[in-house]
Amino acid sequence: MEWKKKTLWLEFELPLVELEERIQTVQDSADVRGLDVSSEVQRLREKAERLGREIFAKLEPWQRVQLARHPRRPTTNDFIQHIFSEFDELHGDRMFRDDAAIVGGLAVLEDRNLMIIGHQKGRDTKSNIKRNFGMAHPEGYRKALRLMHMAARFGRPVVTFIDTPGAFPGVGAEERGQAEAIARNLREMADLPVPIVVVITGEGGSGGALALGVGDRVYMLENAIYSVISPEGCAAILWRDNTKAADAAKAMKLTAADALNLGVVDGIIDEPIGGAHRDHKTVALRVKAQIQDTLAELEGLSADQLRDQRLEKFLAMGIYDQVPSG
Amino acid sequence: MSWLDQAAKGIKALTRKKDIPDNLWRKCPSCSEILYHRELERNLWVCGACGHHLPFTTEQYLELLIDAGTWQETHRGIVSKDSLGFKDSKSYKDRIKASRKKTGKDDAVLTGKGELEQIPVVVSMLDFTFMGGSMGSVVGEKIARALLDSLRDRSANIILSRSGGARMQESLLSLMQMAKTSAVLARLRNEAIPYISILTHPTTGGVTASFAMLGDVIIAEPGALIGFAGPRVIKQTINSDLPDGFQSSEFLLEHGMVDQIVTRKELKQTLARMLRWCVAGRDVSVRQPIRG
Ligand SMILES: [Zn+2]
Repeated sequence: MEWKKKTLWLEFELPLVELEERIQTVQDSADVRGLDVSSEVQRLREKAERLGREIFAKLEPWQRVQLARHPRRPTTNDFIQHIFSEFDELHGDRMFRDDAAIVGGLAVLEDRNLMIIGHQKGRDTKSNIKRNFGMAHPEGYRKALRLMHMAARFGRPVVTFIDTPGAFPGVGAEERGQAEAIARNLREMADLPVPIVVVITGEGGSGGALALGVGDRVYMLENAIYSVISPEGCAAILWRDNTKAADAAKAMKLTAADALNLGVVDGIIDEPIGGAHRDHKTVALRVKAQIQDTLAELEGLSADQLRDQRLEKFLAMGIYDQVPSG
Repeated sequence: MSWLDQAAKGIKALTRKKDIPDNLWRKCPSCSEILYHRELERNLWVCGACGHHLPFTTEQYLELLIDAGTWQETHRGIVSKDSLGFKDSKSYKDRIKASRKKTGKDDAVLTGKGELEQIPVVVSMLDFTFMGGSMGSVVGEKIARALLDSLRDRSANIILSRSGGARMQESLLSLMQMAKTSAVLARLRNEAIPYISILTHPTTGGVTASFAMLGDVIIAEPGALIGFAGPRVIKQTINSDLPDGFQSSEFLLEHGMVDQIVTRKELKQTLARMLRWCVAGRDVSVRQPIRG
């Protein structure tokens, strides 16, 4: 399988990956020869656990960026598969075309009917071309909005998964109103009469992320990032040097802990040691639990209460000083 | 009087017509015609030869659009705070300080109330000279407050944009201002309070992708650059040349993204006509809001 290749691991996680491979080798050869290596394997497992904790306890912001973009990281379709018992994908914006960079549809979570919408990245070159690396065109945001309005009509909560480098910068995207499509989603999400739960699962890149991000509650996975521009873009503009992306990542305060500090997100969902890509199912079940808890909390609110609280939530965002004037 | 007011006064004095010497001139950036400042001033800084709209200051727009003696500035004293301790080649603190000194302004937006042909309006104007008109917490907060003023007073809202987009030095907080301003606009829309967005050169990024594209009516000045992504980024991404006139006002009109291109000379009367269509002869408070 292509994505088993070593190149698909990050440099800083390689020692851990290699140790795990060694454990597997020891185990395999012992099985073949009928030897008992349980104490050796146990020792190595403990070592791997320590190593994992060590590596992941002191991640630099740039390493989080790399984890958030990890080619093995669970995508929206992975979360859908692990969380919901039913899913019917709905396609198209009814105006131009279907944008595969955003997926959405009717989902069932235990006893709840929900509308699910999320950015969709590919796993390899071929699927990434189909998904445009998770960078949506206006028609993607318009499909998302069509589904949100449908959810509102049927009184179903909306859950969004955010994972995009940003809205696609292209000629067709501009011609068809990329800015208008994003802006409209911001306004309409603010006014939606049903609960909206947002989970930033990977890259929360700029306006293209926010266009699915105006929710009653916004959660971030531990190694997800959220920022106004990519670290490379920020470095190119402010440092005039796009190799300074790691410095930019640090300055931009784009980690989940930063976003929580700034009051932009409501909570962080822990990832397994080694990151979400090491165990899709575990992280998906944590996301599922968070969605269920949050919906239970929001379901008692009326449409007007939801809208008022959502407006208050976003009005409170921002930090400034008030000085005496005149 | 604070140093800010003094600085603002100084700038106003500089732009007063009588202070412009006869021999000051510049070349039209579009057609290279020699344009004398005195003539430009009379012509609202529009090239007499080709119609190119040169930069116009916030004060000049105020004088152009708002009935004399009716303007009242609001939400003063809201100033940027370096909440992230952001530093690139220069610290954000120093950038703010330098911009305040250079422009004599608190930040990149001016808000206030006044009358436009006797129609009460709440107006926000972005200022490109202050950090490229970028939107951070202050711009977002003041625009949101101005929109809430419209909601409370049931008076029309006008936002004049020119901006490079979200202010990178406030990172996520800048991004959130897009949601904040758009969320209030949902309320104006539900209450049928008119909002007209005026796009001037250049309007890009997070400003375009929020309030600027959400007007009941969207007006663009001729020849303005308007878009989401910057032309350089797009060129790099698609690795080919951009079509002629790409992201110009005229391009947006052709693609259905703005309602009209209006020259400076016709701006006030056009706004007045449109606002009267929206509000005249009816009590807005009894009108049933129309959703959708
Ligand atoms: Zn000219």
